[in-house]
Amino acid sequence: MHEHNKAAQQAGPPIIELQNVSVAFQDILVLDDVSLTVPPGASLAILGPNGAGKTTLLQVILGLVRPTGGSVRVFGRTPADMRQEKRRIGYVPQVMSVDLNFPVSAREVVMMGRYGRIGLYRRPSRADHDAVRLAMERVGICDLAERPIARLSGGQRQRVFLARALANEPELLLLDEPTTGVDAASSESLYELLHHLYKGGMTMLLVSHDVGVVASYVQGVVCLNRRLVAHGRPEEVLGSEQLAQMYGCEAMFFHHGRVPHLVVERDR
Amino acid sequence: MTEILGYAFMQRALVAGAVIGIVCAVVGVYVVLKGLSFIGAGIAHASFGGVALGFLLGFNPVLTAVVFCMATAWGIGLVSTRTKIKEDTAVGIFFASTMAFGILLISLMRGYNIDLFGYLFGSILAVSAQDLRITIIFGIAVLLLVALFFKELMFVTFDAEMAAVTGVPAGKIYFLLISLVALTVVTSIKVVGAVLVSALLVTPAAAAYQLTEDFRRMMAAAVLLGVGSAVGGLLLSYKLDTPSGATIVLLSTALYGIAALISPRRRRSRRGRT
Repeated sequence: MHEHNKAAQQAGPPIIELQNVSVAFQDILVLDDVSLTVPPGASLAILGPNGAGKTTLLQVILGLVRPTGGSVRVFGRTPADMRQEKRRIGYVPQVMSVDLNFPVSAREVVMMGRYGRIGLYRRPSRADHDAVRLAMERVGICDLAERPIARLSGGQRQRVFLARALANEPELLLLDEPTTGVDAASSESLYELLHHLYKGGMTMLLVSHDVGVVASYVQGVVCLNRRLVAHGRPEEVLGSEQLAQMYGCEAMFFHHGRVPHLVVERDR
Repeated sequence: MTEILGYAFMQRALVAGAVIGIVCAVVGVYVVLKGLSFIGAGIAHASFGGVALGFLLGFNPVLTAVVFCMATAWGIGLVSTRTKIKEDTAVGIFFASTMAFGILLISLMRGYNIDLFGYLFGSILAVSAQDLRITIIFGIAVLLLVALFFKELMFVTFDAEMAAVTGVPAGKIYFLLISLVALTVVTSIKVVGAVLVSALLVTPAAAAYQLTEDFRRMMAAAVLLGVGSAVGGLLLSYKLDTPSGATIVLLSTALYGIAALISPRRRRSRRGRT
């Protein structure tokens, strides 16, 4: 009945199951009747304009925001019911959400990803140090380990936050606008890295407003503007009328290689 | 100068000063990095209400101040996390009302001879043997709690949302942190005073922040600056016959000024960031 049933044919029980999820802050509806199933190994980009509820959708999955209506299952459990399952989710939040002048090194930030797993009253073990080193190797920042985060470039910083998520050995990776404040070349290589992780079997949900670029690195696209506007393979969704409708303004597409690019004419 | 070390009151004040310098600096690192300065100031002013309550009930005012400050800290924490009221508004509400409560209580107790000025601005002469014991016990309690939850406190201070996501009890750690602020304030009111303690909570840590980009080194530098300000300020206040709290705070501010001038952070940011 929904388009996403096609994707659900992949093996294994779904990693994420959202059914008719609504979120309202006071009287403002931020998410309206969103249903989404993410099977293991999928990589989806959630696209939409500012204020479309993209971050809120991630926060619902993480259990940081409780939906006003509908049901949420992640790894078969409700967010309130997740204990050990929390470890299976890696999260890369928007870069603006932390103090970038905080006096910590890249290595310490990556180690923080393990703190929940290490537990109270304990110090990081050899296994924790190994996991941190491995995560930094995977994203290629071993040479930056001792550098204070204040002295990293935007692209390097995002790799540190990605390594922090990976250090916890997650099966599901949620990324919120990972290329904000990152120059074009670095964001290209960040997407390459994510694509590599996806090929290694990582389930991935990526929030962006960066329509054209994202689409060439993911398997599916979800268009969100409070409601789920469209859901499907990038080349299907990005050619549709629905995108223009979603952005609520004049939009036009031009085809460039495999993936159509979107040009949005903003007001002003 | 050495002869003043022979006085018992001065020995007590100096030991208390050193403990306060350490505790304020350690907790101050979290306060500065998480932006809790205003909460610190609010809790500090609330301690005045607790002191007044102690006098009225006939207990050691420092002990009633602990209960009072802790209740205020939790009140601010609950209002700002459970309701839609913002943190600084919550502080604003508690800040004035607890102080007003203290003033009201004291006005009811005419005839009592209370060293109000000492509680507000600190006094070297005020540290009794019992006060010193309380200061040391609270000081050790605060440092033990920081040591036990060191990594969680750092994570929650840096990125509370991410801490919660990875299974760190971020909400509880936040309440632990504001409880530590309350304990620290109470530990310090005898020497520095309710009005000025928030400065000692912030200034040494803020100075240390200028000097290093490493969390542990920042804490170590803050401790050195905090103890230097407290002990140095006490000796100066004796020499100059000035109120101890004011002298300590002004000395720590002077140290902050020097730190800001020689700060590698500042020089780097002046060289130009995008």
